[in-house]
Parts: sequence; C-alpha cells; structure tokens
Amino acid sequence: MDMGSFMQQFVQQLINGISLGSIYALVALGYTMIYGIIKLINFAHGDIYMLGAYFGFIATTMFGFSFIPAILFSMACAALAGIIIERVAYRPMRNAPRIAILITAIGVSFFLEYSMILIATPQPRTFPAVFEATIYHFGPLVVNSQQIVILISALILMAVLTYIVQNTKAGKAMRAVSFDADAARLMGINIDRVISMTFALGSALAAAGGVLVGIYYNSIDPLMGMVPGIKAFVAAVLGGIGIIPGAMLGGIILGVVEAMVSGFFSSTFRDAAAFAILILILLYKPAGILGKNVREKV
Amino acid sequence: MKTWKKVASAALAAMVFASLTAGCGGGDKKKEAANSNEIVVGASFELTGNVANYGKSTLSGLKMAFDEVNKAGGIDGKKLRIVESDNKSEPSEAGNSVTKLVTQDKVIAVVGPATSGCVAASTPITTANKVPLIAPCATAPNITVENGKVKEFVFRSCFIDPFQGRVMAEFADKNLKVKNVAILYDASSDYSKGLAEVFTKTMEEKGGKIVAKEAFLAKDLDFKSALTKIKSTNPEAIYIPGYYEEVAKIIKQTRELGLNVPLLGCDGWDSPKLVEIGGPEALNNTYFSSAYSAQDKEPSVQKFIAGYKAMYNKEPDVFCMQGYNAGLILADAIKRAGTTDGTKLAAAIAATKDLSVASGKLTYDADHNPITSAIIIELKDGVQTFKEKITL
Repeated sequence: MDMGSFMQQFVQQLINGISLGSIYALVALGYTMIYGIIKLINFAHGDIYMLGAYFGFIATTMFGFSFIPAILFSMACAALAGIIIERVAYRPMRNAPRIAILITAIGVSFFLEYSMILIATPQPRTFPAVFEATIYHFGPLVVNSQQIVILISALILMAVLTYIVQNTKAGKAMRAVSFDADAARLMGINIDRVISMTFALGSALAAAGGVLVGIYYNSIDPLMGMVPGIKAFVAAVLGGIGIIPGAMLGGIILGVVEAMVSGFFSSTFRDAAAFAILILILLYKPAGILGKNVREKV
Repeated sequence: MKTWKKVASAALAAMVFASLTAGCGGGDKKKEAANSNEIVVGASFELTGNVANYGKSTLSGLKMAFDEVNKAGGIDGKKLRIVESDNKSEPSEAGNSVTKLVTQDKVIAVVGPATSGCVAASTPITTANKVPLIAPCATAPNITVENGKVKEFVFRSCFIDPFQGRVMAEFADKNLKVKNVAILYDASSDYSKGLAEVFTKTMEEKGGKIVAKEAFLAKDLDFKSALTKIKSTNPEAIYIPGYYEEVAKIIKQTRELGLNVPLLGCDGWDSPKLVEIGGPEALNNTYFSSAYSAQDKEPSVQKFIAGYKAMYNKEPDVFCMQGYNAGLILADAIKRAGTTDGTKLAAAIAATKDLSVASGKLTYDADHNPITSAIIIELKDGVQTFKEKITL
C-alpha cells in the first residue's frame, strides 16, 4: 500500500470510527452518570437505548413526527422509563448488597428485552428515513450526511449535559450526591429525587443514541441494545467510569480503534481489540484515562 | 397401604399391556389395509410451534404430489396415503412422532421433518427400523453423511448449503465474467462460512482471485470499516453469504461508500426485509442464489405453480416445491422397486436418475444429495427478477 492510499484509507476509517464512537459515547454517558451517583453498573442501560429507538420509531411512523420532535419525544419517554425502572427495581434495593443490585439490573435488562419481543415481535423493523442521506465526496473520501447529523447531535447533547451538571442547581446536587451521599442528605438534598433525575438524564441520552442508530442503520430490533450496551460499558471504563468527559473520550476512542482494527488488520479481531483495551485499562490504569486528572464525579 | 400399592401397580401394568397390544392390533390392521390397495407413507412435520409455516408448506407440496400420482391411477393400482404427525417444531417430539409412524402406523417410508434439527432426531429411529426417510428441506450436510459414511436410509430433496457457493462462483465466472472478488462473510454462522469456503475454492479453480476476505458477526450494525478495506482492494464483485438482516445493512453501507460493483449472495437474502432495510436503489446490481423462483420459465416449474394454485388457491413457496419433489421421488422409487421393502426402496431412491420434478431434472449423488439446478435472482428496483438457471 503506498502512502497516498494509506492516508486516504486512514482518514476514511477515522470518519467511520468517529461516527460509530459518538454513539458509544452517548450510551456510555448514561452508564457513567448512574455509576457515579449510586455505584451501580446499570446493565439495563443498553435496553433503554433499545426502548429509545422504539419510541422514536413510534413517533415517526404513528405520529408522523420529523427528526427533532421525534428525538425529543423519544428522550422524554425514555427518561420516564428510566425513572420508573429506578423507582420500581432499584430503589427498594438501595441498602442491599451491591451484587444484589447488579443482578437486579441484569434481570431488568432481560425483562425489557423479552417484553419487547413479546410486544413488538423479534422481527427487525425498518426505521423510516426522516431525512435524506446525502452522500458527500471529498476527493476519494465519502461522508454521509447522517454521519454528520449523528456527530453534531451527540456533541450538542454532551454540551447540554455538561452545562446541566456544571452550571445548574440540579447539577450541583448531583455532584454533591456523587461525592458523598450521606453528607448531601444532611445538607437537605433530596437524594431520591437527584437519583431519579440522573436516571432520567442518562436514559434520555441513551434514547437519543437509539434513535440516531435507528436512522443511521435503518433497522431496529428488541435485542439491539445488547452489544452496544457492553461496548458502551467498555467505553465508560476506558475513559474512567463516573467521569463525564471520560465517557465521551472513551466512546470516540473505542469507535476509532474498532474501525482501525477492522480496516488494517482483520474485522474478526475488532471485538477482541475492544475487550483487550478493557483488560489493559483495568490492569494498568484501573481509574481510566481521565481517572486521575478530574476529581469531580457525577 | 402396601396391598393398595400392589393392586395399583398391577392395574397399571395391565393397562400398559392392554394399550400396547391395542396399539399393535391397530398397526396390524393398517398394515393389512396397506397390503390390499394402499401404500401408507408417514409425514412428520412441524405443523405447530415456531417453524410451523415451514412444515405446513412442505406438507402441502407433498400432498399435491401424492394427489397427482393417485389421480393418474396410483402405483400398480395402489393409492398413496399420508399419515400426518405433528412434531411441534421440537427435536424431542420429532423422535416420538416418527416412532409412532414407524411402529404403530407401519409406514413404508417417512417424508420430513422440515428442519435439520428435527431430522437429526428422527433418522436413528427410521434407520433402526430400515425405513427410508426423505428430508425435503434439511440443508445441514451431516444429515445424510456422518463420519464419511453415507446413511443408507436417509435422503434429502433439496441442495445442501455449500452447493450454493459453487453455483454463485459459476455465475460470477461465466455470466458476470469477474475475476477479482472480495468476500464478506458471517463468522458466527456455519452456513455462511461453508458457503464462503466453497465459493473461494470454486473461484480459484476457475482462475479467479479472492482479493479480500473479511468477516462480520450476526447482529453487527456497522460494516463500514471492513467495506472500506475491501474497497481499497478494488474488487469487481463482492460475495456476501449471510442472512438478510445484516446483508441489507451491508448493501446499504456498500453503496454509501460509493462501491457500486455487483453484490452476490445466497438464499439467506430472500426476505422482503432486505428491500425495506437496504432500500431498492442500493439493491440494484445484486444477485442471489435460490432453489426456486416463481418467474422461472421452465415448463416444469410453471406446471407446478399452476397445479399448486389450482389445489390451494395461493402461491407456492420454495418449501412447497421441495415437499412436492420429495413426493415425486418417493413415488418414482416405489414404482421402480416394485416393493415396499425398506432396503430395496432405499436402493431405488439412491438410484434416482433424471427424474422430472418441479425444479427440472433430478439425480442423486453418492451422498444422497440431489443434483438439481439452482436459480440466480437479480434484484431490480427492489423487485426479484429471474436472471439465470445454473445447472452443474
């Protein structure tokens, strides 16, 4: 391979990887926020992403919504679903051993997956094209308008989230609960409400990811959340679980690594590479890439 | 208490004995009936359960074949009669269902089940009783051959998976005249791996070259990295053996990357979902192999379709045709064997040569797999169109 075609392939793979990674990042954000606040690895998070995709599907096919109303509708519904799940499944377990809550999370995950199979059948559904996919050619490089929309949507959502966490009263309360729940309670913060809100925010982001994936790949199914859920978990750990910018960084890095591995080695090694990264991180920098630099957790 | 137990067990034993003899008696009576003017054939199919539509379709084709034979006067004046048995789409039930057919109904041969798993559970029983079994649509290679040894009493009436790889390589070489082909296969599916392997072998025999071989996994969403890599090798066509769900996304993403070469596939593509997910435009210039197309101009196919419509008032699918072929193969073998003895009947089935069935001429190879033609279907603006018939 000469240098020119190598660079060209490299840049194309970078584009592929960033658009894939920004979706991982959206899902990873929810993982990281929930872990930050109640130290729970919410394995049902990937299924919230699936629910979000279905809410988006309902919004576009049944109500005829266009892209932005549909994504907002789906985020609102998923936020509500997140609150309900936390209220019904996790809150009664608040003082139970962590392993019990973890198993509950796996139970919730299966419950969501198979209820959806019951309701919507396991058949994949075609997501309606809410906007045209225009293909742009930059010399030999190909960029799809959908990839641009995904990246921009993800960036906007992350910016909004950062604003909420850093600059609002609710965000301050979230950071306080994350830092020390008991102290926060003594200061008069309603912990239950803060936790509900964290679930709502995390679920809304996952739902946005679900809708974007539905539009990008054109199909959704009840088990679509399994693999992205695990990948997003890897991304969250990679960036440093509990740290918001870490989830974004972890997601993008994971997406790019996967694209590069499939592009320059073999696509069969892609998942192996993703999990090898997880192992390396756990061995050498268990706190994640941003683990040391940023003390503040949410 | 003890006496009560004894009485109960004695009563139970008596009941079991009675039911056994009753069962045998019933069987004998049926056998006598069969001797007089009927030939009884067992049909064990998935009539309920999760793959019920495969079983029902196949059985409808089988019934149609027997109906035709009977209308033409039967075999030496004897009529063919089907005893149906439902295996509930479960291998464990398939064993029970076939045991009943063989031991109680004394069938001379069994047709079915549809799926490879249920067939695998049935063949030990039929073989132990020296009853031939024809599996109309079980594609797993080990159904008829195990550890390099052909199973004397087991046959199928469909082509096996790897056959499709050969057919597609043949088409790529002769019709598309391409030499440099890339492969993108599903590493989590034996079906896909088998097809890719045979395709590679056949292409290389024909002087072609596999320029890239990339893999994906079932449920993957993003194929752009692998496709970008494939694109850099400048293939003239890409072979994608896989199931429609992933294939549809692959096709969509291939076109999005500006790769407009012909895409080749297998019968796993055959679903309306392919068009829905992939989009009709992206699907132009794609071809897949299949056992059956309603647009096949071959007179035998058109005759079969007309006959099926007349009998059931609906369009037949590929399973109907395979069930129908199984019925014709069996009827022909009974006629040639002149007996319903299992061993002789199995030998007659194995000797089937140039038999006219719905798909054309059919001959058995040494591994009890039929050699028959396959169809290449082209997708034009989302519509399946008959492209070519390939006979090896």
